Amino acid sequence: MVSIGPVPLVSMRGIDKAFVGVKANSDVDLDLERGEVHTLLGENGAGKSTLMNILSGLYTADSGVIVINGEPRVFRSPRDAIRAGIGMVHQHFMLVPTLSVWENVALGLEDQPFLLDKGRVIERVGDIQKRYGIHVDPLAPVWQLSIGEQQRVAIIKTLYRSADILILDEPTSVLTPQEARALFRTIRQITAEGHGVIFISHKLDEVMDISDRITVLRKGKKVATVNVKDVTKESLAEMMVGRRVVFQIGKTLQNPGRVVLEARELVVRGDRGRVRVDRFSLDVRQREILGLAGVSGNGQEELCDALAGIRKTEKGSIRVDGYELVGKSTREFQKRGISYIPADRIGTGLVTGMNLRENIALRKYWRKEFTRFRFFIHWENIAGRTGQLVERYSVVNPGLGFPAKMLSGGNLQKLMLARELSDDPRVVIAVQPTWGLDVSATLFVRETLLEQRDKGAGVLLVSDDLEEILSLSDRIAVIHNGRLMGIVEDPDRVTEEQMGLMMAGTRLKEFSNPVGEGSEGHGKEVSPSL
Amino acid sequence: MLMGAFSGFSVTYTTGDPWLGVLTAFFVGVAISAVHAFLSVSVGANQVVSGLAVTMFGTGASSLLGRKMIGLTVKGFGKVPVPFLSDIPVAGPVLFDHDPLVYISYGLVLLLLWFIFRTRHGLNLRAVGESPVVVDAMGLSAVRLRYFYTMIGGGMAAVGGAYLSLAYTKMWGEGMSAGRGWIAVALVIFAVWHPARAVLGAYLFGGVGAMQLRIQAAGTSFPTPIMMMMPYLFTILVLLVISVKKGKGILIDAPGALGVPYSREDRT
Repeated sequence: MVSIGPVPLVSMRGIDKAFVGVKANSDVDLDLERGEVHTLLGENGAGKSTLMNILSGLYTADSGVIVINGEPRVFRSPRDAIRAGIGMVHQHFMLVPTLSVWENVALGLEDQPFLLDKGRVIERVGDIQKRYGIHVDPLAPVWQLSIGEQQRVAIIKTLYRSADILILDEPTSVLTPQEARALFRTIRQITAEGHGVIFISHKLDEVMDISDRITVLRKGKKVATVNVKDVTKESLAEMMVGRRVVFQIGKTLQNPGRVVLEARELVVRGDRGRVRVDRFSLDVRQREILGLAGVSGNGQEELCDALAGIRKTEKGSIRVDGYELVGKSTREFQKRGISYIPADRIGTGLVTGMNLRENIALRKYWRKEFTRFRFFIHWENIAGRTGQLVERYSVVNPGLGFPAKMLSGGNLQKLMLARELSDDPRVVIAVQPTWGLDVSATLFVRETLLEQRDKGAGVLLVSDDLEEILSLSDRIAVIHNGRLMGIVEDPDRVTEEQMGLMMAGTRLKEFSNPVGEGSEGHGKEVSPSL
Repeated sequence: MLMGAFSGFSVTYTTGDPWLGVLTAFFVGVAISAVHAFLSVSVGANQVVSGLAVTMFGTGASSLLGRKMIGLTVKGFGKVPVPFLSDIPVAGPVLFDHDPLVYISYGLVLLLLWFIFRTRHGLNLRAVGESPVVVDAMGLSAVRLRYFYTMIGGGMAAVGGAYLSLAYTKMWGEGMSAGRGWIAVALVIFAVWHPARAVLGAYLFGGVGAMQLRIQAAGTSFPTPIMMMMPYLFTILVLLVISVKKGKGILIDAPGALGVPYSREDRT
């Protein structure tokens, strides 16, 4: 029940915040009423998280006022904000992985005695679990929990502190559809008790579902605050992007050819020595996009690193056109036609301190046409090639001699695509290729992947974004805890419900509903997740 | 350690009170590590570089200041056998026939275990090494915690140094810690930052050193310099084994934020 009282629960006025050179928030206003779910909507980089980090005391605003319950407040640190009743569930949860659930809850509590009162903490956690229907073992160490469970811990942590104002930063991006629904039930319970919830998201469907009011941010500025019943998905998208959004992608029907990438029974360990990919097999055929769906952190990145030859494959076989690659050098993987667009484009993909020419050269410098006397790098040829690529992939840049870090996120990704896709790869492995990109860059990346498919490559697309997987893929593999849960032959006939169950660890064959074959994909409606 | 050994020794030599020496050593250690804390916490300097700088300073300063003290001796701490307990065969002489500092070390291990794993301050300590940003978001001061525990750690290392000059040798010699501080660093890695395992490791490393002395005393044709290398070789061996095993399922979990400066508004 939203109750518009004489004073709002939270009122932020004229908030400004700049980071070295970048204005993250500029004159932003936001009101939160009791019993309300107020969504902050905006593209990546619109300033949503910055605004909430200011409200939770982690950042200090350059100017502007925060009024809580009619009382002006200055938050010098998170402690001040916690005292004012603000609890934030950050995108990266803010939990200490080595500590147990109850220890994480107890961390920083002001009423804890010198000697930790484990019994009382666990008891109160139990009460909260019952009241809000969230379940998690209080004695388990946090690193053993799934991402969804960790999120519940983070929520319990704020509820334990009797937060009156709960901020959830992109909470559904790490959840299966079923987990997201359970979260929404918890949110409704919280607002029913008269608390206020600020919900940050860029997914229009769920925003329409959960919100009472919506404030749209664009490039650090507030565009509007609207009631959910006065808007449509389309009008929200337009406010968010600043122009009409065309959701159409031309996806044509293709007949997949023979298998180009064949992985059998792969076992791969993660950075900390645990097995992250467990006897995983898949085939990628020519002229198809195989989507790999799963909640992030279930071994997708380790699998793709192994397929790209940059992580050791402990057991199993990786073949491209029948040629065994396990144990071969990364360059051999590349020479056989594997292109890799890693999730971490700044750390793994590109060297941002190096200029555009050098970044393009990274994958090609050893080739005959780019060397002189087979030893020296032929910079003129590299520069010529870079010029062509930058043109073709429309990378907006200050000049080829400038470091890559001067490019925006979208243009960095285009540079990445230019380097990896320009030599007609046999296999394209793209991990979260549109993560953090704005609408136009997202469309560009998706079209480029489809173009690669049409030209005959096999594309393996990994994404947390179920909508992206469903709309681009010809077939979908689902991974959970490093294992293959099943392969969906026809994405048009699988429900989100079924996908969610698989992502949560149910095997495909356990469904009674058969998932057929043969796609009718002509000019599909595709909505980019915004 | 060297500054602790030197300051403890000189105060004990002047006043004749070894307890005053230990106390001085502790505060000298606190003061020196405050410099390290300032450089690595407040300024955000690389902790290895800052640590090396502070170490070199300690080595140099102690040798310069201690020049006049070389060759002098103090009464220091004597053995205080614990009545009855020290008469137990084998375990008695091994555990209960020592100077007071050794007994204090037993107590400290138990106290620290209790403190780190049972109290709220210990919880904060464990959390700040793992993820300072969480500690900060929970309304605690990561900076203050890091300063405090760095300084306590420095103080304790200095007491370890004072043990060498006041109880172990009862004299001052330039560079007398002979790389024990570095072995202690290896020890912490071996112990995976856990005090109970650190005790185990300390006696293991110490045992190798003692064994080397015993073998020498027993008379052997084995070249002495190589014997003296034993503790250091053992250290390298242990670290090697740990690193090799690291990828093979044994988890060597150093604190997540080890060596990483923390700044709240640093956006990555």
